[in-house]
Amino acid sequence: MNVDIKGAPIYFEIPILGGIPISASLLVTWGVMLVLTGLSIWLTHDLKVKNISKRQAAAEFIVKTAENFVHTNMGEAWMHYTPFIAAIFGLSILGSLSSLLGLFSPTADISTTMAWALVVFVIITATKLRTNGLGGYLKGFCDPIFVMAPFNVLGEVFTPISMAFRHFGNIVSGMVISALIYAALTVANQALFGLLPGVIGDWLGAIPFLTVGIPAIVSLYFDWFGSFMQAFIFCMLTMMFIASAAE
Amino acid sequence: MEMARAIVLMGCAIGAGLALIAGIGPGIGEGYAAGKAVEAVSRQPESKGDVTSTLLLGVALSETTGIYGFVTGLLLIFVAPGMFLGML
Repeated sequence: MNVDIKGAPIYFEIPILGGIPISASLLVTWGVMLVLTGLSIWLTHDLKVKNISKRQAAAEFIVKTAENFVHTNMGEAWMHYTPFIAAIFGLSILGSLSSLLGLFSPTADISTTMAWALVVFVIITATKLRTNGLGGYLKGFCDPIFVMAPFNVLGEVFTPISMAFRHFGNIVSGMVISALIYAALTVANQALFGLLPGVIGDWLGAIPFLTVGIPAIVSLYFDWFGSFMQAFIFCMLTMMFIASAAE
Repeated sequence: MEMARAIVLMGCAIGAGLALIAGIGPGIGEGYAAGKAVEAVSRQPESKGDVTSTLLLGVALSETTGIYGFVTGLLLIFVAPGMFLGML
């Protein structure tokens, strides 16, 4: 029984600045970005006002949904964040679902989710600085009294950490449990068909009958539901943090 | 030396097991939230959509503590043994 759980494999290193490792998650992220860009270009080329095609209807539906999502959660004044939120959502969902193609999903790498969370953290801090000014921003840490300042700083620092770990942990837990179930089913298969006498048992035990359909059912929850849920929650938290930073 | 290696590996394994006790908290909390959501839906069936989306968000938020435990367990199994054995 061999359970194979690994991080992102590193393919090669760019020999500048002490070596920049090019890992699987980096390559898959670029692939997902290319797919998203290509999809956007294909969906939005030659748009018309009348007699719209099915392709344009789909594009309009996607944009409408994204705008509605941002509008209900952030309000009218924040509509310019729609492209950012939609981009993170698309990147997250396609990144997580890329494991269905047998690729390493980039969201199972802490670097990816931490990078997104840091972008969100920069936006939150910039929004706070813009609304309150530097003095107001620093004063916000002494709320309600100055003794609480260390805890407020900790809370601020832990915002991106908890966002990154939530997304990473959920995807990785799905990956680990899928690998365990797959390994367990292989062993169960061998044990079950090994009961048959003689060569037939060995021969049938080598064919993994049990691993055909059952992992697909498990992946329905961990890959499909989990991916949608985590993308939704990451975007939801991003919107809530940014909107509440302006108060 | 063999003894030291054994103690390090044992400590990592026991620690990983203990870290997953963190799963109890989110389990109880999520069950409580789901129960309250059922109450809310049975009282006001027309608000099912709102209740469900709020419930999913809250459940995913409270899951974070369990995820921290899980990540700690992963670190203890995959990272810590190599690190501590390298120190010996």
